[in-house]
Amino acid sequence: MAQSRTRTAWLLSTPALVVLFCAAAGPLMIVLVYSFLSPGEYSGVVWDPTLEAWFRVLFRRDIFDGTVSLADAHLTIFWRSVKLSLLTTLITFVIGLPTAWFIATRPARSRPLWLFLITIPFWTNLLIRTFAIMQVIRNEGILNTALLKIGLIDSPIQLLNTDTAVLIGMAYVYLPLMVLPLFAAIDRFDFRLIEAAYDLYASRWRVLRRIILPIIRPGIVAGSILVFVPSLGAYVTPRVLGGGRNMMLGNFIELQFGQGRNWPLGAALSMVLLVIVTLALLVYVRASSRDEERG
Amino acid sequence: MTTTAIEARAVTKRFGAGEITALDAVSISIAQGEFFTLLGPSGCGKTTLLRCIAGFETPTDGAILLSGSDITASPPNKRNVNTVFQSYALFPHLTVAQNIGFGLKMRGDDAAKVDKRTEEMLALVKMEQMASRRPEQLSGGQQQRVALARALAPAPEVLLLDEPLSALDLKLRKEMQSELKRLQSETGITFVFVTHDQEEALTMSDRIAVMSHGQLQQVGSPREIYTRPVNRFVADFIGETNFLEAEAKGDSVTLSTGDTLPLPGAGTGPITLAVRPELLRLTEPGEGDLTATVRDSVYFGTDWHCHLLLSDGTEVVARMQSPPTGESGIGKGQPVGLAFAPGALRVLED
Repeated sequence: MAQSRTRTAWLLSTPALVVLFCAAAGPLMIVLVYSFLSPGEYSGVVWDPTLEAWFRVLFRRDIFDGTVSLADAHLTIFWRSVKLSLLTTLITFVIGLPTAWFIATRPARSRPLWLFLITIPFWTNLLIRTFAIMQVIRNEGILNTALLKIGLIDSPIQLLNTDTAVLIGMAYVYLPLMVLPLFAAIDRFDFRLIEAAYDLYASRWRVLRRIILPIIRPGIVAGSILVFVPSLGAYVTPRVLGGGRNMMLGNFIELQFGQGRNWPLGAALSMVLLVIVTLALLVYVRASSRDEERG
Repeated sequence: MTTTAIEARAVTKRFGAGEITALDAVSISIAQGEFFTLLGPSGCGKTTLLRCIAGFETPTDGAILLSGSDITASPPNKRNVNTVFQSYALFPHLTVAQNIGFGLKMRGDDAAKVDKRTEEMLALVKMEQMASRRPEQLSGGQQQRVALARALAPAPEVLLLDEPLSALDLKLRKEMQSELKRLQSETGITFVFVTHDQEEALTMSDRIAVMSHGQLQQVGSPREIYTRPVNRFVADFIGETNFLEAEAKGDSVTLSTGDTLPLPGAGTGPITLAVRPELLRLTEPGEGDLTATVRDSVYFGTDWHCHLLLSDGTEVVARMQSPPTGESGIGKGQPVGLAFAPGALRVLED
């Protein structure tokens, strides 16, 4: 009986397992295998197993004398990706917390409307939204024109094609991903605890730090992961707003599969990105399982 | 000479654009070490008054004094007053011990002092075994004890309790009632207790303030409130009462039934008389002060409640102790006599 039920369960989950294999595990295996092969002449790979791609993730070999040195261009890109992703997470949190708080404290009747407004940007294609931001921040754009008009600046601020532009774009794009889990956490928060803490001699700042933030932490962690992970692999935003020079991991990987014609290196870099993301998720799991222990 | 712990001077609180008056010029003086109860139906303003004392609400008008100094404008974290909340409001991410120590820590006590006081408090509420538990691992009664310990730990001048027992079942509530009395006498702290349960108020309080529609109706000891209610609201809200319409003529009253009874100092004009059911006695027909017919009788174990109809149709309830057999010996429709115990008739102010 129990055995047949197990078999039924397996049979029923077969379609899901097939999709999961074809769409996730399979391609991932291909990427992994490619990272150990040699690049083809024009693109693709040739069946010549080597660790060269993995070596080149971190090091470079001089063409003429063969000396090995750190590939600091790669490290700069890694560092910029992580730095911009962390900053994006921080910015979305600082903006998202008051936003989520505002929505969660509205009357129950108007909350769906606010949440709906938060999700409206998702209705438009990312590329179009990113070009729209470009119109706002470019030298002849709305922002600079307005600032020049009111006399706050004498010459346009160069925002486009800088890290700041990428940051603005990513914060804008990923803000809803921070607001929604924060809202879910604050929605469940018992506001009477604020009065209880305030009654027990806690200042407003301490109420925030000792009571509110620890209790809504699952929402903070979830929102941070939801923003950090896609930021790390962001492609469109850094490409459009950062120009060609300020590459992030996503653009760098694309470059290897495109103009760089080095698929194995692209594959190896993809795996590196995957590892960073997995590490971030592990932090998340650990943080939320600590909540489980706390109950 | 008793000193005053809390004084409210003509405290008025209006909500919205002033259209809802939750408190209407309430003046009250609570003595040091007193167990003082604010009693009234929901919406009477008792919780609003408590929140004004705690500092969660700012009075629209009037002043609140703590040990003689005006605290009307100071925020809750600057008042030496702590609250036990109806929902307990324990911090879910902190242990029992951390919850109890929270106020001490926020006040800036050093770690050793916090630990020592926390242990004292755990012992006071008999929760030593639970120190490292989280609030959700505790039963309702245990959470209640932690909430009490947390509020008592900083040794406030006044402890405010906002219907703290309403979430507990009857048996536990009785236990916590005596526990609260014990804690109050052991700590000597002034307790201001809010409840809508008149029995709770009568059994626990030194003094009771009965409130209705944002106004004080009567302040007095439980016995005063029960035996000498000043108006119809108090008489009706505290215990059961029979109301009799009557015409006062100097030292006697004529009831709506036409019977005239002596009542010294009754005054003149139409009045309302209040009689507690336990002060009515059934007699043989023709004897006693009035005649009545039994409409129904209900057995309550310790006593029988007899619903009687007077000759003019007024319904009154008489309560009589159950005899050992449990039989009342009274049947529906039976004519009986009704006698008032001496002093049973009380003239109400309005």
